[in-house]
Amino acid sequence: MTPLALAIIVFGLALIGWLAARMRAATFRPPGHARFTALPVHYGYFVAICALVPPLVFLAVWSLTAPALVTDTVLATPAAAALPPPGFERASILSEARALGAGRSHGAFHDLAAQLAPAYAAAQTRYDWIATAVALLLAFAGGGLAFTRVRPDFAARTQVERVVMLLLLAASLIAILTTVGIVASLLYESSRFFRIVPIGDFLFGTHWSPQVIDPRDLGASLGAVPLFWGTFFIGAVIAMAVAIPFGLMSAIYLTQYAHAATRAWLKPVIEMLAGVPTVVYGYFAALTVAPAVREVGVALGIANASSESALAAGAVMGIMIIPFVSSMADDSIAAVPAAMRDGSLAMGATPSETIRRVILPAALPGVVGGILLAVSRAIGETMIVVMAASGVATLTANPFASTTTVTKQIVDLLTGEAEFDSAKTLAAFALGLTLFVITLALNVVALSVVKRYREAYE
Amino acid sequence: MTPKISARDVSVFYGAKQAIDHVSIDVDRDTVLAFIGPSGCGKSTFLRTLNRMNDTVASARVTGEILLDGEDIYASGMDVVQLRARVGMVFQKPNPFPKSIYENVAYGPRIHGLATARADLDALVEQSLLRAGLWDEVKDRLSDSGTALSGGQQQRLCIARAIAVDPEVILMDEPCSALDPIATARIEELIHELKGRYAIVIVTHNMQQAARVSQNTAFFHLGRLVEFGATSDIFTNPREERTRDYITGRYG
Amino acid sequence: MNNPRQPTDWTAAAVARRTRRRYAAERRFRLAGLAAVWLSAAFLAWLLASMVWQGTSGFRQTRITLPIDLAAAPLPVTPAQLRGRGADLALAGAGLDALVDRAAVRTLGPGGDALISDGAWLVVRDAIKRDPALLHRRFTIAVPAASAIDVAAKHDGTPAAEAMVATLDARGLLGIGWSGGFLTAADSTDSTRVGIWGALKGSLLTMAVTLALAFPIGVLAALYLEEYAPRNRWTDLIEVSINNLAAVPSIIFGLLGLAVFLGTFHLPRSAPLVGGLTLALMTMPVIVITGRNAIKAVPPSIRDAALAVGASPVQVVFDHVLPLALPGILTGTIIGMARALGETAPLLMIGMRAFIASPPGRLTDPATVLPVQIFLWSDDIDRGFIEKTSAAIIVLLVVLLAMNGIAIYLRNRFETRW
Repeated sequence: MTPLALAIIVFGLALIGWLAARMRAATFRPPGHARFTALPVHYGYFVAICALVPPLVFLAVWSLTAPALVTDTVLATPAAAALPPPGFERASILSEARALGAGRSHGAFHDLAAQLAPAYAAAQTRYDWIATAVALLLAFAGGGLAFTRVRPDFAARTQVERVVMLLLLAASLIAILTTVGIVASLLYESSRFFRIVPIGDFLFGTHWSPQVIDPRDLGASLGAVPLFWGTFFIGAVIAMAVAIPFGLMSAIYLTQYAHAATRAWLKPVIEMLAGVPTVVYGYFAALTVAPAVREVGVALGIANASSESALAAGAVMGIMIIPFVSSMADDSIAAVPAAMRDGSLAMGATPSETIRRVILPAALPGVVGGILLAVSRAIGETMIVVMAASGVATLTANPFASTTTVTKQIVDLLTGEAEFDSAKTLAAFALGLTLFVITLALNVVALSVVKRYREAYE
Repeated sequence: MTPKISARDVSVFYGAKQAIDHVSIDVDRDTVLAFIGPSGCGKSTFLRTLNRMNDTVASARVTGEILLDGEDIYASGMDVVQLRARVGMVFQKPNPFPKSIYENVAYGPRIHGLATARADLDALVEQSLLRAGLWDEVKDRLSDSGTALSGGQQQRLCIARAIAVDPEVILMDEPCSALDPIATARIEELIHELKGRYAIVIVTHNMQQAARVSQNTAFFHLGRLVEFGATSDIFTNPREERTRDYITGRYG
Repeated sequence: MNNPRQPTDWTAAAVARRTRRRYAAERRFRLAGLAAVWLSAAFLAWLLASMVWQGTSGFRQTRITLPIDLAAAPLPVTPAQLRGRGADLALAGAGLDALVDRAAVRTLGPGGDALISDGAWLVVRDAIKRDPALLHRRFTIAVPAASAIDVAAKHDGTPAAEAMVATLDARGLLGIGWSGGFLTAADSTDSTRVGIWGALKGSLLTMAVTLALAFPIGVLAALYLEEYAPRNRWTDLIEVSINNLAAVPSIIFGLLGLAVFLGTFHLPRSAPLVGGLTLALMTMPVIVITGRNAIKAVPPSIRDAALAVGASPVQVVFDHVLPLALPGILTGTIIGMARALGETAPLLMIGMRAFIASPPGRLTDPATVLPVQIFLWSDDIDRGFIEKTSAAIIVLLVVLLAMNGIAIYLRNRFETRW
């Protein structure tokens, strides 16, 4: 039976339970003026939940364990004795046999796979039947037991609401689970990396060339300082040099000068810059901006002006960040009490004097917090640098020269055909961990600054 | 003696709503004029027309004419920046800038270029704080933030800030409504001391305060000027029924 | 009190000069603000215009008119064979592609088969399927030109290709028309045969998984945090997690997907299922945050009213608060989905950058998505891919614009101001 059919049957059973319980509960008559603690529909939900949850939980667990059980069964067959020792070839034969057995592919590359395929098919069928039987049994048992409790004195609503609360709590815990998943997977893979490459070499080494790794001294070619510098240079220096003036001045103009009608259509236009996918910016940077920047560099007499310059990637990234800075500045400026502005205007200050000397200083913590968040976003940005920046790690402060970034290297390291646990792949996780820690720190600091600022004016 | 400010037939509209209806009034030199009236009667709105603070509200429109020393402040050639330097304002809620006490007071002189040398500026700040009666309390902590002061001190700081640009008129919009009685008394004393030097217009909903500090009083009701005259006359012998009802507390 | 200063003379020349300077500074400042806004808007216009400029030709195709003579050399195919499902196979087996190549050489001279697209015979095949009578006739048909000719006809090509285009044009064999295949085909190595349907379908499947997971989880979590959560350390932890997840770089989610979904659970690489799971984790915090704001905007008086008539806390939320907050939640969801649809980096991490020549049929089939397809094409050295990349970007932007348009409409139509 296919999983879909099984799911339909289980849901169908739940529906039957729901209807049956409702009908039964509808016959209850309250004695005197007493009120029910639950409506018929609550009894319905109670039975449906009891019929649904046990089989679904079982199937979820089963789907994670069954493939391993099937494989074990197949390995126990005599034909499996001819399999090569664990390794890439064995895994590929097994996966091919699995595909053949499931009917997903028709030609076999390995003869052995063709021999194992029937065993796979048989084992799969057997375990599928077991799963179906158990799931249906659980559904009947759960629903049936629940149905016997459909009595006027049973507080079905309370029970249903308890399940709902559990569901809500579980949904919120997904966030923690995701965070834990990120931290654990990054830490685990990074710790494997730091077992083969000294952490000091990685954090403080100034030479990065993962293409040519000396197997005797891995750390010598995996020093990430050039990447950190490139990331900082592109994301925090060049991009911010574009995003801060443009974003801040846009916010000032839109909040302080523009008419309400102008603001109503101009603000969404600026915000559209944030809605353009990064891959589009990357394409634009690589195809249009980067060659133009190189021309300018050559015209200025810069010998090593690159067509993968830090300036092109950083400038386009800055433009992408403009609406982000602008909306954070907008919020901060809006939070400054109008009394400050009036106080300054009433003394005969011009609007620009009021903005520069009163409003901006008052909004500064909020603006700085917003800029930190913008930096965090810029250094985590991937596609623009993947498409427009260079892959060669150089320590340079020349914006026309090429530099690389952490995110670009993560993509480059992981999209090759490397084994999953080679030093290169693990290096990507170590870079990911560094990126995560830095952006996390920036976010925490920025959010607390912004929060304290908001509280100051409430 | 010609009045300092002379308003003729002034009406104010917020969009289609009329907030002030044909008000004519004179503000004399070197005296205190109090505006009284129930909440929403337009006294604050009218006050804000005197230094064109209503310009900051996009939908506001003012008709009629307001003459400052005979010059129409709503004329096209009028420079709002200079006007507001000449007609200072103190707000209902103390609104010191989030800067040091010194910088709060020095702000106006700096933007208007009244003092260029540091020593001049220091003297000007000291003089303004002295006149506002705040000097003795803050002279040792001029670099502390203005927002760290108590409410009454903050309001006196705002007054010091206003007089630092040497205005000719000071508008006060319920300057004591956010303050405790002791701080209020301190501000009232200050108004007494200042009145010989500036024309002061004060909006208040506290009739005792109006009686204590002002020489002239104007009673506003529903956007109209109901009665205007010497404070002693208004409080002892009002001509209008509505004025009497208001000052005896029938409504308000 | 000390002696009074001289009153300031506001009519003095020095004061006037200073005021003029201050007003000049005011104008400069205002102008700088205006310039910042307009330059930002101009950049957006430049970006969009350059995509439209380069991309519109991607929806068009250069065609060469060829005479095909099936009367002289009939194909060994019976009309009966053309009806069943084996029609494609029968025509391919009958050597139609070689026949079309020969026709090209005959008409265009030696090397003529290189001037037409590798997929040219497919056009002939489809024409025959539509009209089996062609099997015994002589007819002319416009077939797609090869990439070099296509580029030369639309833009500047190599000198040889430009010369060939001039010759063909003089003979009246060249035409440019709407390329229907671009919206219906999948990826290919030949720029004249590529289409975005494969990637678009991959995107749709991925988004379906993302929506199915992120929306319910996000809404339920938002309800819990806003309505029920006790104020304690666990709740704080959840809040901090969500706020930080919303700001974690997207590539980190890709690493998570790689390590957990592929590394630990051994789910298939390149599959919309894994892509959808990864993007769901990324989108969920966005939905939680916007959802909470929408829930917060429902006034407490509504909750009090419901509680006062004896509704349980669960009934209050599901009967009153959720329906009122739903437009806001939906708006946030659409915005989060639009962001996920444009996301590229995390999907590269889980292998959705494979070359996929046929649209995925199931959630576990290898697939790619629209932004990744754009990325892959942008890397191709064949010049024919430039316009295809831009054309794909146009399609992506149109889809995103439509989604945001719906969000804005929803907000304006259903949002209640309390």
